[in-house]
Amino acid sequence: MSAVTTSTMDAELAVPEAYWTRARKTGAVMTGLGLLATILFGALASSENARFALGETVQGAGFDIPGNVGAIFFGLVALVAGLVLLFTGRHFGILTGVALMGFIISALCWQMSVSPVSHTMPLGFIAAATFTAAIPLIFGSLGGVLCERSGVVNVAIEGQLLTGAFFGALFGTVTGSFWLGLLAAAVGGLLLSAILAVFAIRYLVDQVVVGIVLNVFAGGLTAFFYEQVMRPDTDAYNFPGKVPSWPIPVLSEIPILGPALFNGNIFSYGSLIAVAVVTIALFRTRWGLRTRAVGEHPAAADTVGIRVLGLRYLNVLLAGLVAGFGGAYFSMLSTTGFSKYMVSGAGFIALAAMIFGRWHPVGAFFASLFFGFFGALTGFLNSISSPIPSQFLSMLPYVATIFAVAGLVGRVRAPAADGKPYIKG
Amino acid sequence: MEPGEIHALLGENGAGKSTLMNVLYGLLQPDEGEILVDGAPVRIKGPGDAIKVGIGMVHQHFMLVPVFSVAENVMLGAEPARGGFIDHAGAVKLVREVSERYGLPLDPNAIIEDLPIGIQQRVEIVKALTREVDLLILDEPTAVLTPQETDELLQVMRGLKAAGKSIVFITHKLREVKAVADRITVIRRGRTVGTADPTAPESELAELMVGRSVVLEVPKDEAAPGAPVLEVSGLVVADDREHRAVDGVDLVVRGGEVLGIAGVQGNGQTELVESIMGLRPSRAGSVHLNGEPITTWHTRDVLRAGVGYVPEDRSVDGLVKEFSIAENLVLDLYRSAPFGGRFSLDLDAIDAQAEQKIAEFDVRTQSAHQPVGALSGGNQQKVIVAREMSRPLQLLIAAQPTRGVDVGSIEFIHSRIVAERDRGAAVLVVSSELDEVVALADRVAVMYRGRVLAIVAPDTPRETLGLLMAGIDPNSSSSTPAGSGAGEQEPRGEGMSHGEAAS
Repeated sequence: MSAVTTSTMDAELAVPEAYWTRARKTGAVMTGLGLLATILFGALASSENARFALGETVQGAGFDIPGNVGAIFFGLVALVAGLVLLFTGRHFGILTGVALMGFIISALCWQMSVSPVSHTMPLGFIAAATFTAAIPLIFGSLGGVLCERSGVVNVAIEGQLLTGAFFGALFGTVTGSFWLGLLAAAVGGLLLSAILAVFAIRYLVDQVVVGIVLNVFAGGLTAFFYEQVMRPDTDAYNFPGKVPSWPIPVLSEIPILGPALFNGNIFSYGSLIAVAVVTIALFRTRWGLRTRAVGEHPAAADTVGIRVLGLRYLNVLLAGLVAGFGGAYFSMLSTTGFSKYMVSGAGFIALAAMIFGRWHPVGAFFASLFFGFFGALTGFLNSISSPIPSQFLSMLPYVATIFAVAGLVGRVRAPAADGKPYIKG
Repeated sequence: MEPGEIHALLGENGAGKSTLMNVLYGLLQPDEGEILVDGAPVRIKGPGDAIKVGIGMVHQHFMLVPVFSVAENVMLGAEPARGGFIDHAGAVKLVREVSERYGLPLDPNAIIEDLPIGIQQRVEIVKALTREVDLLILDEPTAVLTPQETDELLQVMRGLKAAGKSIVFITHKLREVKAVADRITVIRRGRTVGTADPTAPESELAELMVGRSVVLEVPKDEAAPGAPVLEVSGLVVADDREHRAVDGVDLVVRGGEVLGIAGVQGNGQTELVESIMGLRPSRAGSVHLNGEPITTWHTRDVLRAGVGYVPEDRSVDGLVKEFSIAENLVLDLYRSAPFGGRFSLDLDAIDAQAEQKIAEFDVRTQSAHQPVGALSGGNQQKVIVAREMSRPLQLLIAAQPTRGVDVGSIEFIHSRIVAERDRGAAVLVVSSELDEVVALADRVAVMYRGRVLAIVAPDTPRETLGLLMAGIDPNSSSSTPAGSGAGEQEPRGEGMSHGEAAS
């Protein structure tokens, strides 16, 4: 028997791989990008210095490089990384990362050297902006992870964020307490999630359809109350307090990352804590093991006495809680309050971040940062009056999303029972 | 049930064995009646209750999370925890302890989906044992095992019995029952029809099971093989996970003969058949039909060239369940006369064809317009067979032709397959039931890990076939005439020697 078993394992032979693997194809694309950067960006860039400042402002220490030299140098970096990937087909992750960074820096050198406004990029500011843009995505994608790991598809993240934003602004103003508003935001997300839970788990309605309907529902309902209640009397209903700022001494002085991570508020610290808590809970506790079991093979969980549906209800509600909390970010970060459809697609980007992060909280966190970085870049290029139309720049994160979700991560394995209702027997 | 007893529950497919046990285990609720444990009636509302009263179950389809480790699967639902966090080391230790105590070696950190079926089953047994159950229900545990793995399982069952556990052993295989059971209960159509001692003769048990005597042999004359119809050489096919499911198969099927493919499920049979049918691309090698290469043909062209195909999973590939019998009968023919014109279907012709086929193939239904999903498994299968045989066939490929089919329909389908052979068609039968292969085939090819290990005569001793199915070739050193035992070393030739080896 043991002999048979061993040979069974050995004989798991892979089929000879085709030459054009995913890595090689990506290598070809990166080579093209590198070539484009080297030639086009190099030719367009001027010899003015492009300056990367370390702090949050354009003053202070930094690196200087002539724009055209930088554009060509970093274009070549991308080109070489692409070529190596194309011909070896190995080190996919690292080489893709290097090539993309090379391409982006090359483009920046060009843009900064020809900018009529400023030749300096404050890296500390970019880092802070990246993280700030990523915060709602982190909460949203964590909501997705919590829900989908238990086997319920959550495309209602957009609606959960929006409901959270609305509840936060409304109750934060009415009660006069920022913290009660935050609590109300979490409850708002939970309420919307409860509808998803009941329809998906109890009535077995297609989960994607319910999710989309809930997004539309949340959009319409909050817009209605905004017009009817909030707008006529903003001071009474839509003037939540500003989030208190909690800088951490010393740490917030660290160049580049300091201001981003350690000069924050409940949302930024909360997002980091939430990632850690969800990760530990999901992989180190009973609840986590059972949640993952229910999302992979609910019948197996059922046969060892786990209440499959109960656990799914719990997780969907938790997801709403987390996403609702994150939604408050939109209306309570500054004093501008709630406005119609203010989430404007972040929920869907969060969904993409969850997939990009392979349904893992830490993966979702880094994916959120990736998308946040594109957001920050768009803002920066706008601020230096880049000749590239701003609409095109705003498209960048979405283009990145398509590439990330469709191409770069390859075939990602969702929880096996994701989206499949569990029916006993 | 007595303590320390192995009680076999014997019955045909669909007799109600699994349903009964699912009720015991709390997965289904009884409409009437009660369950007594140690003399007291209990109400089992869910598997949790069942475990509490000491009932454990190993399901026919394993209840293991494929991406979890052995330890994670074993502890699931009863996780040892310290301060809210899972005590993983404790779980690993528990698995080691239990597996050693009962002689079931396991690596607690292995991932389930990497393990062979036999080991996965061991994980299921250990999982039940860690829950301190007194009664273990094994639902068709041998259906997925090789004969050697089965022997090993029977040995494990004897060990558990010696340790004082009671076992309910559900099966429809008489040999295993006789080998291990202390008492036998036979179930038919949801009722207990009798109990018997393991010493009772097989034929008596079989009669109890089906209510009449069974003919295990298919009446047929000597085959008269003609020219090669299907020639497969050096075929390599990948499965969905990009593993070599078919790893260089050479086969020849001649007109007027039945070639049976035996083997434990999952050894490449499915992918081989799908590749021949053009449903799955091949990576190397070729398939010829009457000398013409069809390797890259579209399925529709393969069917049109005179190939009939009974797929292994009728509910997924064979039928459109919501469609009527009449519609299902023309799924492959609706484009051509007399059933379809350029723009429309001739409904009268389709109905007429349905009436005729229902009569000819004895499909038990109230009308040709009933949805096919409402029929019993046997009658559904007859619809498929009727459809596939409604065209003049060069080659018939039947995969698991009688899976989940009642005995009456089995006999009927077998006789139709033999009739096709006698008409001169080449027939390729794939079945995981060794009895079926042996009964139907004129030559038996045994597949193991994507290769044809040997092609032998159907009257080869079962022990030899069993060893072959487990990947061990008893004749590998002293080969039988014309090298029948050396399928895998054979050079990519015509594969002619196979043809002569067995007839």
